[in-house]
Order: sequence, then C-alpha cells, then structure tokens
Amino acid sequence: MCLGIPGRIIEISGSVAVIDVAGARKTVSMALLDGVSMGDYVIVHAGFAIEKIDTQKAEETLRLINEVIVKR
Amino acid sequence: MKYLDEYRAREQAQGILGRIREISKRPVNIMEICGTHTHAISRYGIRQALPPNIRLISGPGCPVCVTSAGDINRIIAFSRARPDVIIATFGDMLRVPGSNSSLQEERAAGGDIRVVYSPLNALDFARTNPEKEVVIYAVGFETTAPTVAATILQAHTEAIKNLSVLSLHKLTPPAMKALLDSGGAVIDGFICPGHVTAIIGAKAYGFLADDYHAACVVAGFEPLDAIFGIYMLISQLEAGRAEIEIQYDRVVTWDGNRRAQAIIAEVYEPCDSTWRGVGMIPGSGLAIRQAYAQYDALRRFEIPAGDETEPAGCRCGEVLKGMIAPPECPLFGRACNTERPVGPCMVSSEGTCAAYYKYRSITV
Repeated sequence: MCLGIPGRIIEISGSVAVIDVAGARKTVSMALLDGVSMGDYVIVHAGFAIEKIDTQKAEETLRLINEVIVKR
Repeated sequence: MKYLDEYRAREQAQGILGRIREISKRPVNIMEICGTHTHAISRYGIRQALPPNIRLISGPGCPVCVTSAGDINRIIAFSRARPDVIIATFGDMLRVPGSNSSLQEERAAGGDIRVVYSPLNALDFARTNPEKEVVIYAVGFETTAPTVAATILQAHTEAIKNLSVLSLHKLTPPAMKALLDSGGAVIDGFICPGHVTAIIGAKAYGFLADDYHAACVVAGFEPLDAIFGIYMLISQLEAGRAEIEIQYDRVVTWDGNRRAQAIIAEVYEPCDSTWRGVGMIPGSGLAIRQAYAQYDALRRFEIPAGDETEPAGCRCGEVLKGMIAPPECPLFGRACNTERPVGPCMVSSEGTCAAYYKYRSITV
C-alpha cells in the first residue's frame, strides 16, 4: 500500500498537476509538495505526489552500483 | 519507464549479488519492514539468490495485514448497522475476512461500500451525495496518513460536512521498537521502508542504531535498489557497524517531507493502536485532533469495538512478527491460498503469505 510510482509533471495549475506515468496521464494533488515545476519527476501515492525525485542522486546511485561491481 | 527500468538490470543485479557473496561471512537476520519490499524480494527471487547465511525476514509492513481482527469486525458491523452510509475503502481491504463476513460480502448483500484509489475519491462521493454520509476506512502507514489528512483539510476548506474518517493509521518506528523489545525474532538489521521514510525522514530510525545496535538501510523498491540495500547492510554488519544509511536517496532525505509532516501534525495526534499479532503498541496510531472532531467517524457515529478473535488456525500474527515464515503455517497453500484466503497476509497484494504463495517457484 505504500506503493509509489514515478511520473513526470506535464501540466501544473495550483495544487493539481497532470503526471505522465509510463505514457498514461494521471491527475494528482500537489498538496503535499512545495517547490515543484513542469518537467520534474515525482513519486505518486494514493493520488498525491509525495516527493520529488532528485535526478542527480538517481544517476549517482547507478554510478555507485557500477563502481561496487567493478571492484570485483 | 524512466526511474524504474534502469534499476531492473539483471546483469548489475548479478554483479551486486556476487559482491554480497564475497563479503558476507557471518550469519545475519535482516528484516524488511515494508510489504512492497517483501513483494519485490519474492517477485525477483532475491531471497533464494542470497547466500544461505543471510536470512531475510518479512515484517509487519502491510497495512491491511496489521489491521486488527477487531477493527475489521467493527467496520463490517458498522456497515450492516448503517446501510445509508457510504464506506470508502482501499481495494485491498475488501476481501479481508472478519469473523463472519468481509466488506466484499457486505457489499454483495447491499452495503454501499466503494473502493477508492485516493482518499480524494471519497471527497467526490461526499460532493455528489450530499444527502449521504461518507466514511473513509483509513488504513495505512505514514505514506498514506498525509493523503487522508490533506483530504480532511480540503473538506474543511470546502465546508463539506458529510465526510468523516475512521483513522486506523499506524506508525512504523514504534512498531520496530516493539518488535525488538518483544525479544521474538532476532534482527541484526532492517531494510527500512522507502516511501514511509520519504515522509518521516531517515533520522526517525536513529534510536535503532543508537539504542539497539541495529543496522538500517532505507532502500528503494526496484530489484537493484533492494539488492544494493542488502549489500550496504551486509557491509555494515561485517564491519560491526550499526548506522542509518539511505540507499534510496533519489527520493528519501534525512528530514523527510516537512510539509507532509506538518499536515499530519495539524490533523492528527499520536494514540495507542492495536496491531494484529503484536497487540497494543503505545503511540503507534494516529487519532484525529479535537479541532477536526467533525471529521472523526468515531466521534460522529457509534462504532463499537469489534471482536478480536483470530481466524481458527491462522498464524498471520506470528508471520507479521517475523517469528515464522509463511510455509511454516499448516494452512499455507492448503486451506489458505490467494483464491480462498483465511488470513489477511494471504489477502493483501502486499501480504507476506501472498508474496510467498504467488512467487513460490521463482528463482533468479
């Protein structure tokens, strides 16, 4: 139930946004998030965006994984 | 899909598993708290791919499963007594058997029970059915609590008067503490829930490292996230460290989502709560504050406590505490399966028994 899916904000107006989730459009509430803008990726849970995805950290995670594997 | 597919690469998964096999020397017990982790671990065969000295134990992280038998029986009795009330529930709750019925059976018998994807759907029911009362049967952890709290605030702003919430929300850190205090399952480290922690912040687990010397890694839900989270835990445990680390840092921070925390604190206050299998855990629930009493179904209606008797032979309670794995229950896969579930852990899409049953033949 704590399932959250990543999606990209493609429209935003006030506290409601349209999110592209794997090609499907979902209208979600932005009431739980400050400081998001068009093009941002967010995690959606129960019709609300609950957190922004830090795209730089997302890439760092993959880089770190590859580093650990290469160490073998 | 971006931010999903790249964390599902099989080659990298095998690479990290290889590293885990190299560094892992001693027997360790790791509990994954969250039901979404339990399902990812089962779905991708991660449990079987780990060396035998690493034991993964599933914890009490499925909100449907930890809802007590009494709280299931209570909503069923209420729905029977008040057929004029619309009950809005998340889908997973529908099939959970109470002592003599389920919400699904009550719906078939004419009860107005509606499944919602978001608590905001219940707000729509209230707007379009002004002559009816709408009650949200609100289960869920810290991830879900702010969505329900925000719905209450929205109802307040719009002066919607026919919506209320039966709050059965539960808080994760007090349950982790209760598990360790109970001295039941031996736990060396925790895979902490990614989306709960997105809300509460990783610093909420500080006491686990400081007071219990338990290693904690907050992990994401894709296979590379979960496997790398386990690698980070094993690295800690092999070095004798007990720290809080964040693997899922593209979403989780130390402080969490402060706005969501403020919304929870505005609407709710901590209360004692009964967990299936565990019993009452002090301060592990959320009750609606006096200021929002009009949205509290418990204040608005008479909803007596339900019978707490567990289904005969069901060992969900022990599964939830990590005391037994699902196949150790004599009902598992025989009298209890996903088609005809006896206990909640087999019903819910996040239940431990459902995960073991659905993916019982999978290996990496």
